[in-house]
Amino acid sequence: MSSTAKKKGFGATIWDYLTTVDHKKIAVLYLIAGTLFFVIGGIEAMLIRIQLAEPNNDFVSAGLFNEIITMHGTTMIFLAAMPLLFAFMNAAVPLQIGARDVAFPFLNSLGFWLFLFGGLFLNLSWFLGGAPDAGWTSYASLSLASPTHGIDFYALGLQISGAGTLIAGINFLVTIINMRAPGMTYMRMPLFTWTTFVASALILFAFPPLTVGLFFMIFDRMFDANFFDHLNGGNTIIWEHLFWIFGHPEVYILVLPAFGLFSEIFATFSRKRLFGYSSMVFATILIGFLGFMVWAHHMFTVGLGPTANAIFAVATMAIAVPTGMKVFNWLLTIWGGNIKVTTPMLYGLGFIPSFVAGGVTGVMQASAPLDYQLHDSYFIVAHFHYVIVGGIVLALFAAAHYYWPLMFNQMLNETLGKITFVFFFVGFHCTFFIQHFLGLMGMPRRVFTYQGDQGWDLFNYISTIGAFLMAIGVILLVVNVIITAIKGEPAGRDPWKDGRTLEWAIPQPVPYYNFKQTPLVRGLDTFWIEKMEGNKEGMTYAEPISDIHMPNNSFIPFMISFGLFVAAFGALYHQDADKAWSLPVLIAGLAITFLSMIVRSLKDDLGYHIHKEELMNEKGGKK
Amino acid sequence: MDLKTKFTPQSWPAHPENATLEGKNKTLGFWIFLGGETVLFATLFATFLALKNKGPNGMEFSTQSLFELPLAFIMTMLLLTSSLTSVYAMYHMKNHNFKAMQAWIAVTVVLGLGFLGLEIYEFYHYVHLGFTFTQSAFGSSFYTLVGTHGLHVIIGLAWFILLMLRNSKRGLNLYNAPKYYLASLYWHFIDVVWVFIFTVVYLMGVLD
Ligand code: HEM
Ligand SMILES: [Cu+2]
Repeated sequence: MSSTAKKKGFGATIWDYLTTVDHKKIAVLYLIAGTLFFVIGGIEAMLIRIQLAEPNNDFVSAGLFNEIITMHGTTMIFLAAMPLLFAFMNAAVPLQIGARDVAFPFLNSLGFWLFLFGGLFLNLSWFLGGAPDAGWTSYASLSLASPTHGIDFYALGLQISGAGTLIAGINFLVTIINMRAPGMTYMRMPLFTWTTFVASALILFAFPPLTVGLFFMIFDRMFDANFFDHLNGGNTIIWEHLFWIFGHPEVYILVLPAFGLFSEIFATFSRKRLFGYSSMVFATILIGFLGFMVWAHHMFTVGLGPTANAIFAVATMAIAVPTGMKVFNWLLTIWGGNIKVTTPMLYGLGFIPSFVAGGVTGVMQASAPLDYQLHDSYFIVAHFHYVIVGGIVLALFAAAHYYWPLMFNQMLNETLGKITFVFFFVGFHCTFFIQHFLGLMGMPRRVFTYQGDQGWDLFNYISTIGAFLMAIGVILLVVNVIITAIKGEPAGRDPWKDGRTLEWAIPQPVPYYNFKQTPLVRGLDTFWIEKMEGNKEGMTYAEPISDIHMPNNSFIPFMISFGLFVAAFGALYHQDADKAWSLPVLIAGLAITFLSMIVRSLKDDLGYHIHKEELMNEKGGKK
Repeated sequence: MDLKTKFTPQSWPAHPENATLEGKNKTLGFWIFLGGETVLFATLFATFLALKNKGPNGMEFSTQSLFELPLAFIMTMLLLTSSLTSVYAMYHMKNHNFKAMQAWIAVTVVLGLGFLGLEIYEFYHYVHLGFTFTQSAFGSSFYTLVGTHGLHVIIGLAWFILLMLRNSKRGLNLYNAPKYYLASLYWHFIDVVWVFIFTVVYLMGVLD
């Protein structure tokens, strides 16, 4: 296993990635798949903005418009933002805590393939009779009445990819609890590890309600159940509750890791210890906790009553407190620092005011009486794009530049990176700032067109121009990646020169077994401590060189996920009387999945050892 | 870790499920997974409470008219006892007594099958009366909650049976001890969920 793969052909590389259980390669898989979906979602966004550029436009039809906005939101949240964050978590977290790999390498790969096949399934709806069209929130009163199979693609696809997400969450929890290197106490963990930890806990508790809600929807649509059908005693509000009990924590699942990434970046490029580390940890946990208490702020206009609305309004406003703590800590980290404005740092500096603006509109919406005015208007669209683009997407772009040398041993071009930032950042504010006013002027969200001369025309036009600027930014980033890959200059270890945490202490390219000897952690920012003390190697070791136990590659995760993918088609078409092949397909798909699981459990897979002698001769490097 | 090391009751560690890093990870991961399962069931319970006795106008079915406490009580007793027998199995696992462990797991499986049989009978009976999954929101939420639990019972039983068959010839080692331990943990979880079903669905259904 360890010695066969020196020079690999194309086919062998593909096979390697299909079977890999190495967190570093799975990170690359997440990055590629997430980028693919990000581009698809981005194209959908452009179509939306083109349609809305002028009044009474007929660029797309009303029905198609509904499909596009639904797929844009669903794709961006579930198939772009989450996987891209998982990419950086996989790339950095095991290294940050000095681990050999994640706790369950096999499950790590299973989580990825489930996500990918779920996402593919959802997107195939475009070619198979129509995409879902009830919004990314898929409210039952709309979705039960949707005539095409789109909603079924939504429910089954999210079910599969959601299972992958849950698995990934559990995996990170166990990894962070059990696999930390000696000396890596909880209060010495880098903030990206901390936020990954809390976000994983949120995944654990937030995804089951979504799973259940999706099952109800599948049952109602496919098996004539009555959960949401009021004629038979059902209640459509149940879906709204379940969706938002999931949905609000979900936005924190996304934004907490983004906070973590920026915390690393601010400390690194201010060349200063993160200000208020313990209060950052505390704020992260508090946000995670409060995130479960506020879901009904999405339902102020449903009619839950003044008491419920008041409680949820106050709880929602309370979240602004720990969030504010974080903002001040970042500012004070930068304050008096020895600042280097690299591309990631530039994104960080853009992030703070953008995200604060989104938080302020959030608190406005949290005031229930005001929300009666704002709800379902473009104001909401502006709010959540300020937090999601201004928070998460900026963090993803920053992390792409920051962690590119860690993942690929190459530096993205800094100049081009800064130009990218300018286009994207200006475009972002140009697109969304003006939407606040569109909302206040009464333009509802999710409308496919509008009448002219209501004072909305110019603002919509400006918003569309902004979207094009953002698109240019994204294209520049892709160009940057291509140029960098062609140049192929190795970046080497600690390429930013200011790395503080363990992931920068490891040689480049990162050996497939990670640390040859488990490091000994002597404090927060342990790599920085070693550097300051003049340690040339940058690490103190907790053990002598000894045999390393490694997991075997496996094709089974791919097969398990593929089986579910096939089965989902069977389940979906089983509703159509004229599709007799659907039942055999359903059974065949489930058979593939279960047979793969049985093979997994009957065949002992104990992994292999890299022997001490081999390690001694090894200079590091990828295999 | 290798499978060849032979253990005696003396050399067998006190916590075999946590004796290896793999075992430790699995145990922790499984506890965390059960946390997620708890939320899943909580959601099903909440939905059931919201929809119980709700149906088309003039529906004749209600928790009072349908549920029979004696049957639910027998089912509860079967499942509680099976939890106890799985504790015995784990006791013998910790003492490295493979035969006794397998035997107690077999008893557990038999009790679990008894429970499952009664549940199938119960469902069959209701369906016969016309109270089906599609009849009302009450029906949908009842069968989904209790049925999801039943599905867990089936998975738990299949897990036990596969473990017994797979390891019948090779005895206990540090590779399969965590698997046995987790299967029994799962079984306890199923049991606890049932206690809540018995209380919330049956007792509260019949009493109020
Ligand atoms: C101080 C923090 C925040 C507060 C007080 C807040 C408050 C709110 C409120 C009250 C709504 C509902 C408005 C309505 O529909 O009438 C809302 C919507 C939304 N928020 Fe926030 N929010 C905050 C931060 C965030 C963050 C950090 C994210 C994402 C990372 C986020 C994402 C969203 C999304 C996606 C929606 C709209 C969902 C939809 O209807 O499609 N919010 N927010
Ligand atoms: Cu919310």
